[in-house]
Amino acid sequence: MPPVSLRRRVMDHAMTGAAVLTVLLVLLPLFAIFAYLVYKGIGSINIAFLTQTPKPVGEPGGGMANAIVGSMVILGIASLLGVPLGIGAGIFLSEYGRNRYGDIVRFVSDVLNGVPSIVIGIVAYGLVVMRQKHFSALAGGVALAIMMIPTIARTTEQMLLLVPQAIREAAYGLGVSRWRTTLSITLRTATSGVITGVMLAFARVAGETAPLLFTAFGNQFWNWKSDQPTAALSLQIFTYAISPFDEWHRQAWAGALVLIILIVGAVAAVRIAVRHGTLSGA
Amino acid sequence: MGVGITVEHLNAFYGKTQALFDINIIVAANHATALIGPSGCGKSTFIRCLNRMHETIPEASVEGKVHIGDLSVYNGTSATQLRRRVGMVFQKPNPFPTMSIYDNVAAGLKLNGFRNRKQLDEVVHKSLHSSALWDEVKDSLHKKSGASLSGGQQQRLCIARALAVQPEVLLMDEPCSALDPISTGKIEELIFQLKEQYTIVIVTHNMQQAARVAEFTGFFLLGKMIEFDKTEKIFTNPSDKRTEDYVTGRFG
Repeated sequence: MPPVSLRRRVMDHAMTGAAVLTVLLVLLPLFAIFAYLVYKGIGSINIAFLTQTPKPVGEPGGGMANAIVGSMVILGIASLLGVPLGIGAGIFLSEYGRNRYGDIVRFVSDVLNGVPSIVIGIVAYGLVVMRQKHFSALAGGVALAIMMIPTIARTTEQMLLLVPQAIREAAYGLGVSRWRTTLSITLRTATSGVITGVMLAFARVAGETAPLLFTAFGNQFWNWKSDQPTAALSLQIFTYAISPFDEWHRQAWAGALVLIILIVGAVAAVRIAVRHGTLSGA
Repeated sequence: MGVGITVEHLNAFYGKTQALFDINIIVAANHATALIGPSGCGKSTFIRCLNRMHETIPEASVEGKVHIGDLSVYNGTSATQLRRRVGMVFQKPNPFPTMSIYDNVAAGLKLNGFRNRKQLDEVVHKSLHSSALWDEVKDSLHKKSGASLSGGQQQRLCIARALAVQPEVLLMDEPCSALDPISTGKIEELIFQLKEQYTIVIVTHNMQQAARVAEFTGFFLLGKMIEFDKTEKIFTNPSDKRTEDYVTGRFG
């Protein structure tokens, strides 16, 4: 092999260095935020914080247990509604939407993606709260679900389009019907990409506050009914952060830390579960 | 057992462009029939008309009559039912990447609602034997993905997958074009054995391959079938000048 010229070697190292540098720059804000949250919040996280409901101002202790559970309930409802609808829309766009109807749906979905989250909160208020006559976890879930749908639909579409036509033809060739092929072959082949989209949407709405303000509303006490006002971590953080009390500020930091840990934990758990189910060499 | 295929006045279109012109052919049961011709001459389009894969392409359409055994392909038979009787092997090996080797072979039956575990085991075993892959994969049936095999193995896996639904006819669209000579040799050997039980129609760019595996050969040019006869006659004493020019390498 002829020796590589000095210029090329220098260039090679410079480019590799530049690539590493950009990665660090991208990761820096994430680590900075996380480190600051830990610094500010870790001191206020204790058993009481994770097991008790908020105490009135002035009384020491108290926690966000009801908000942690409330967030999980609201996100659960949002996922239950948003994930199937989003994936269904993605399937339509990729398998049946290579035409004008598909273009309309794509356009509407992109617009929906750009609608301010507080406006979506108003929609959920009109759809659910006005009818039920009170705030509820369901209303909050509906608002977040609406926000999840466009992200999931567009990523699902992209992931399904990446599945080679040859794979679909292989299934058709075996006498498998079109809908079965879509569900059991195309969607299954694209599973890991589709899940990435779902997780992106989930993580994005998990920290949303604005659409919950007049849907889930928040609650200082335990509530196990999905048709009653429900606490959420993001709402609790908001309420505490704008309050004038130092104790509440500390709890807000702790709440933010718990929220980010919950999101990272949920995403990691799903990733591990998916990896566990795949084969070697796939 | 294989069944014969009768094709009468078959025309195929992509949108307004006609790709096949008035094809008439009778394919003998339990024999291999090869289709040769230069690229773009309609060979692939033709075999994709036999199991109605042609119509999965947007705006593609077909006219004419095709019978697979006593089954009328374009008259009152659903495409899915038809394709269970007419297996297909594609140009590029296309195993289902997220499925194990076992699931790849069992896919056709499973996705059509067949669940009996013991019988599935038997079918998978038998199909992998028929496609001469069993010995190479028997220890990793459930552990390895179909995509982890080599190209030649993948193609034999696809043949096993097609055989598992117990078709009567096997369509092969240039099954060896992505394979090395050793894998090609294995597939050709396989075609020889499969002929005993299936009717085989194979599209190939390789004229030696047609001469090796097929009793009958059809020559396609520009969407028309120029000549169809015993393989020996096509390669030694063709009746059409264009066939002679092609098989002697004067064009194409």
